[in-house]
Amino acid sequence: MPEPTDLLYAKTHEWVRIESDTATIGISQHAQEELGDVALVLLPEAGRMVQRGEKFGEIESIKAVSDLYAPVSGEVTEVNALLETAPEKVNDAPYGDGWMLKIRMTQPADADLLLSSTDYDAML
Amino acid sequence: MKQTSLYKTHQAAGATLVPFAGWEMPVSYAGTVSEVAATRTAAGIFDVSHMGEVTVTGDSAFDFVQSVTTNDVSKLIPGKAQYSLLLNEQGGIIDDIIVYCRATNDYLIVLNAGCKDKDWDWLQAQALGRPHLMLADISDQTALIAVQGPLAVEKLNLFVTLGDLSDTQRFHFAEAILNHEPYVEFGGSGEYRTVNVTVSRTGYTGEDGVEIFCHWNDAPLIWDAFVKAGVTPAGLGARDVLRLEAAYPLYGHELDDTNFPAASGTGWAVKMKKGEFIGRDALQAGTPAEQLVGIRMEGRAIPREHYAVTDAAGRRVGETTSGTWSPTLKAGIAMARLHSEAAAPGTDVFVDIRGRQAPAKVVKLPFYRNGV
Repeated sequence: MPEPTDLLYAKTHEWVRIESDTATIGISQHAQEELGDVALVLLPEAGRMVQRGEKFGEIESIKAVSDLYAPVSGEVTEVNALLETAPEKVNDAPYGDGWMLKIRMTQPADADLLLSSTDYDAML
Repeated sequence: MKQTSLYKTHQAAGATLVPFAGWEMPVSYAGTVSEVAATRTAAGIFDVSHMGEVTVTGDSAFDFVQSVTTNDVSKLIPGKAQYSLLLNEQGGIIDDIIVYCRATNDYLIVLNAGCKDKDWDWLQAQALGRPHLMLADISDQTALIAVQGPLAVEKLNLFVTLGDLSDTQRFHFAEAILNHEPYVEFGGSGEYRTVNVTVSRTGYTGEDGVEIFCHWNDAPLIWDAFVKAGVTPAGLGARDVLRLEAAYPLYGHELDDTNFPAASGTGWAVKMKKGEFIGRDALQAGTPAEQLVGIRMEGRAIPREHYAVTDAAGRRVGETTSGTWSPTLKAGIAMARLHSEAAAPGTDVFVDIRGRQAPAKVVKLPFYRNGV
């Protein structure tokens, strides 16, 4: 299934929706399928600074543990609290209720380093 | 890589197939969590044809099986089965097995797929020079399908033409003939015929259910009939979660060739009073200082195998042998081999989850078992 065209993607399978200086981040449909049933998402607290490419959290399915990497640099302004009690939202709605973080971007040029949906699909 | 006779069936069902003990096996179909739920609330069907089957026959078959296994074979009568262990001379576990008594001096032993070759070599070595004894490896002809869950026996009875298997008690088994009548034709391709099977009221899920032995080539007919009757295909992923929730040990995790049964949660299957058997002398040397316990995480955290466990004072008291997220209990659970001082249910411990000390409690096993 092709990924949404209005989003940008990291090679590490996170998606990014950029609205002015805020980036909303989650993981792709492909990534959640590979992981299988998500049982736990470990996210940073709001206020933390993250660097592009830095590990910001962990996601665990029944079978595997994966690291989550920041696709852009900036300050975490909001964390999806729903995932604490309903991590399966990452499987059910990876681009909707399964979002993970909002980051206020400090390096707007980071967006240029991300992949389009076409390029991301081609990489899979 | 070996394939079971259900390989094409799994592929057609969209299963994710992975290498397991030299076999290409389905790890999941629709998803592990939904397959676990289907097995806990209705019925799931599992291909376990990769397991090994060996027959032991001849006038000295009883003496042989009694001498190479830990449970008391004299308690078996035809139609009854028992969980047992093969031990080495040092008291370590070669494999955990089920011994089926088919008739006097006629036994079927079911072995783990990953242990089958070494078990077969070991059994043959022990049999060397014994008169009136025949061992046969029938793994290649024998398929094995597990149907597990509260509705498993009801579903089975849709296809049984001879007898009612709801009377077959746990750890008992019977020959049966499965037929399409009155429910559905086998295979969905107009193939109408009966299939001879052996049905055993055993399983590895903590639910009521059966394991069906059949000829290698008949497995797809039986599988399709159960799936048409609404039984959910379930893979190795679900099987592992279910067995862990039910606290059944898995060879290579809880069980290995160095730890004694008493340190592996299987001491109950060792009958020291039955007389001589291989490994008995080593076990008499003493009780191990460790035992197998259950661990339940306090917060939302998932323990995996080989994670260190520490006590409240930060001292290492052992490590996990298997761990997962339990979708049934909505908690992280593990089995762990802990020093006996820290093994009492209710003891507060910490599990080192990749550097984080996550709080947990020692709990009584099993975590969950229903219907048996």
